[in-house]
Amino acid sequence: MDNFAQAGTVESVTCPFCGLLCDDLTVQRDSAGNLKVMENGCARAVTFFERAVAAPSPRIQGKPAALQEAIAKAAEILGKARQPLLAGLGTEVFGMRAVMNLAESSRAALDHMNSNGFMRNIHVLQNSGWFTTTLSEVRNRVDLLVVVGTDISSVNPRFFEREIWNTETMFDQNTSQREIVYLGGRDLDTSAGVSPDGRQPDVFACDLDRIPEVVAALRALIIGKKLHAPEIAGIATADLEQLAQRLLAAKYAVVAWAAGPLAFPHAELTVQNITELVIAINKTTRAAGLPLGGSDGDTSANQVSAWISGYPMRNSYLRNYPDFDPYIYAADRQLQSGEADALFWVSTFNPERTPPAADVPTVVFGDAHMEFEKEPDVYIPVGTPGIDHKGIMFRSDNVVALPLQQLRSSNLPTLGEVLHAIEQALQTAVQ
Amino acid sequence: MLIKLSGGTIYDPAHGIDGKIMDIFVRDGRIVEKPRDGERIDQEYNLAGKVVMAGAIDMHTHIGGGKVNIARTMLPEDHRHDPAAHSDLCRAGCGHAVPSTLTAGYRYAEMGYTAGFEPAVLPMNARQAHLEMGDTPMIDKGGYAMLGSDDLFLRMLAAKQDQNAINDYVAWTIAASQGIGIKVVNAGGINAFKFNQRFLDLDEQNSYYGITPREVLKTLARAVHELGVPHPLHVHGNNLGVPGNVETTLNSMAGVEGYPMHLTHIQFHSYGTEGDRKFSSGAARIAEAINKQKNISADVGQILFGQTVTASGDQMSQFRNAGAGSPHKSVCMDIECDAGCGVVPFKYKDQNFVNALQWAIGLEIFLLVDDPWRIFLTTDHPNGAPFTSYPHLIKLLMDKTFRNDMFASLNLDAQKMSTLASIDREYSLYEIAIMTRAGAAKLVGLHDRGHLGVGAAADITVYTDIADREKMFEKPDYVFKDGQLIVKDGNIVRVVWGATHTVKPEFDRGIEKEIKQYFDKYLTIKMDHMKVSNDEIEGDGRGKVIVQECKGRREKTA
Repeated sequence: MDNFAQAGTVESVTCPFCGLLCDDLTVQRDSAGNLKVMENGCARAVTFFERAVAAPSPRIQGKPAALQEAIAKAAEILGKARQPLLAGLGTEVFGMRAVMNLAESSRAALDHMNSNGFMRNIHVLQNSGWFTTTLSEVRNRVDLLVVVGTDISSVNPRFFEREIWNTETMFDQNTSQREIVYLGGRDLDTSAGVSPDGRQPDVFACDLDRIPEVVAALRALIIGKKLHAPEIAGIATADLEQLAQRLLAAKYAVVAWAAGPLAFPHAELTVQNITELVIAINKTTRAAGLPLGGSDGDTSANQVSAWISGYPMRNSYLRNYPDFDPYIYAADRQLQSGEADALFWVSTFNPERTPPAADVPTVVFGDAHMEFEKEPDVYIPVGTPGIDHKGIMFRSDNVVALPLQQLRSSNLPTLGEVLHAIEQALQTAVQ
Repeated sequence: MLIKLSGGTIYDPAHGIDGKIMDIFVRDGRIVEKPRDGERIDQEYNLAGKVVMAGAIDMHTHIGGGKVNIARTMLPEDHRHDPAAHSDLCRAGCGHAVPSTLTAGYRYAEMGYTAGFEPAVLPMNARQAHLEMGDTPMIDKGGYAMLGSDDLFLRMLAAKQDQNAINDYVAWTIAASQGIGIKVVNAGGINAFKFNQRFLDLDEQNSYYGITPREVLKTLARAVHELGVPHPLHVHGNNLGVPGNVETTLNSMAGVEGYPMHLTHIQFHSYGTEGDRKFSSGAARIAEAINKQKNISADVGQILFGQTVTASGDQMSQFRNAGAGSPHKSVCMDIECDAGCGVVPFKYKDQNFVNALQWAIGLEIFLLVDDPWRIFLTTDHPNGAPFTSYPHLIKLLMDKTFRNDMFASLNLDAQKMSTLASIDREYSLYEIAIMTRAGAAKLVGLHDRGHLGVGAAADITVYTDIADREKMFEKPDYVFKDGQLIVKDGNIVRVVWGATHTVKPEFDRGIEKEIKQYFDKYLTIKMDHMKVSNDEIEGDGRGKVIVQECKGRREKTA
């Protein structure tokens, strides 16, 4: 058992800050519980782990309050609400289970802070399905990586280090020969795609909002259509033809995207073109899609919601049973239309993800370092999973769930404890 | 608390009791001897005229893990038809083809089931499988860990490592995944698909490793046997759904050279190539082989007509079948140098020649296999049909007239290709109790379940004996779980959480050195992070890990 009161070094720490969930970090703790990343941290991991220990008091209307009072006030707001909205949902599996319980007890709607991006993938999964792979397969098999609309590194900083330029693979591949292609986007930082021996990646740049055309053209070429246009969004058709041939000739091509950065209308159709071109390649050789990006528990929120209710995000218990509607239950829409009459915002990993401006009573269960432009009615600081308490989290590839460790002792309650107490208070009030 | 169940008609095949009127006494969750005269009975249930069996056990049902949750996520249109509302006792959810975890637990219990086993726990996804099973109330759970297409196992085989090392790795995998058995899916085939092989017959080599499915099956069947794991190697055969695969299945039976082997959803592996459409029933040959080879058992994987979804580790087959999906969509995945998965929604139609014949083939197998201790009632939920159709399936087995009426309404060409109507057999209540209780418990290795003897866990189901067996089995009068009344008249009256059954065969911990090296060199997570701890299953205070007894490690058998 760790003695959290003492300074110490913890190895094999899992970092929950992005969807890669690197689990090889070494973190040092001082006797006050401050953490320092000693090995294998990226800049985002350092920011995440090295925030100074803080345990502010809960606040009601900006005034310090005891935890019990804050819980009672939150329960009161929830009890009065006719259409409460539980949003943000930046938490891990156990926190999300508590969210689902509370949503059911209070007939609330549910939405995650990353849904605008994530729903692009969900739409595709529900409309046509897809063919994807996971990180260890990429690490051992990929010979051609095509990255659509992102540099990956800004969303998953260690991706190239861990899955592309790893020195050994199971199948005796010389990884420095791996081919990297960036397709779409402007001014991407493609330096991580340079091979260890200095070979530059291929970069076919275009404006973000022209990506749909480029990906559609690539899919057309892969299924054998001829294109008469000499260029698509500034990319020579001949280059795309050549890329299609490389994809069809590769032994294990991986086409990666991050749903978040594809921020243009109906980007789900572009995700679908990516996944359908992958399926087309698989008619003759092997290839797979790879959804990247994410976190703040987005994959975990969707997974837990799916097994407990049957549905992923943008879900509601308003009808007393789970109801899924990606349009109706979008948090922004519910707030803007005035349908939601109380907002309960969860962000336990990231103090910068504060709630959207809303004219309804607002309760925040947040990281201890949160600062607000507009003070919420109730603020309850909660522990950070993977630092202050244990947890379980899903990777962006949707398969591997890893344990998050506790790294120090903390006076902050867990999200689960707070939500459970609110649910109890709600039930007592009903009786 | 002493409970007396008075005067019921008992079917307890583990003790040879076939419809005998007896009293059963329950104390502290267990079945106990008749108490001394004068001892106070706290509660008595008069079961005169009622049928009493142990709680039913589903030995193969996809209730938790990645592919099941993909199926849920993919099918909002299916859930919408079957919402399950929040009640004072039960949490909300949804049902039909792939229910939410809580609804699955409630509905199993409402049909008198008290245990279900997830047959495809990918070790790399075991944590998710246990999380989902942990959110499945009412019933006991457990899982079979999948091996056979994982690169570490194939590397060990290719390097001709000693069987003892393989056994240690198999035992380590069971422990790390908190499993109760080992499953192999399309032996070596999921791996071969990653090298772009599209079929892998029993003696075909993996293009990279040079290993054949026959070697995989034999090595794993032997490992499971030598480790003393009660549940024989659980095998989803090669060439699922392919006309002519009856040969592969028969060769697989012979290929394990006498080691115990369980062939799952064997209906999907019993197809011939006769007739105009080159698709015919291999049921008679399969049944004959099972009747002869006492080391073989099977569950049927019956299909029933209607909408469902197929969720399988057999990505090679699922990619092949994706075009037949209805609604037309599919998910396939390569997974972590460990396995794969494929999810394809499917609608079985009674006027479709292939589907109608699949239906008949499943029933032919049920009826032609003589020994009910070696054939098990499954639909491979949800692949052949949702588990909620079990009462209907039981009626098909117990009622020849009903069965033949159904058969007469099917696609006519399919009728011509089946001998079903000529089979007179009707299953008895005793045989149903074997298939769904005593036999299943014995097969899975649940030493204190599936029977009503003194010392057994008091998982008990009480039915009204009515001629319409579907009505009888869909709504028991009472269901007791560990001695507590959980269902009355087909409705939940108390919510319990059930336990997770595991085995912990002995192994040499030295194997971890090799496994750790493999993880550190090639994979993207630490070995220790793959292991699912007891604490993760029990930590929330409602789950519980039960370690069932292994037979002890055997000396080398070959």
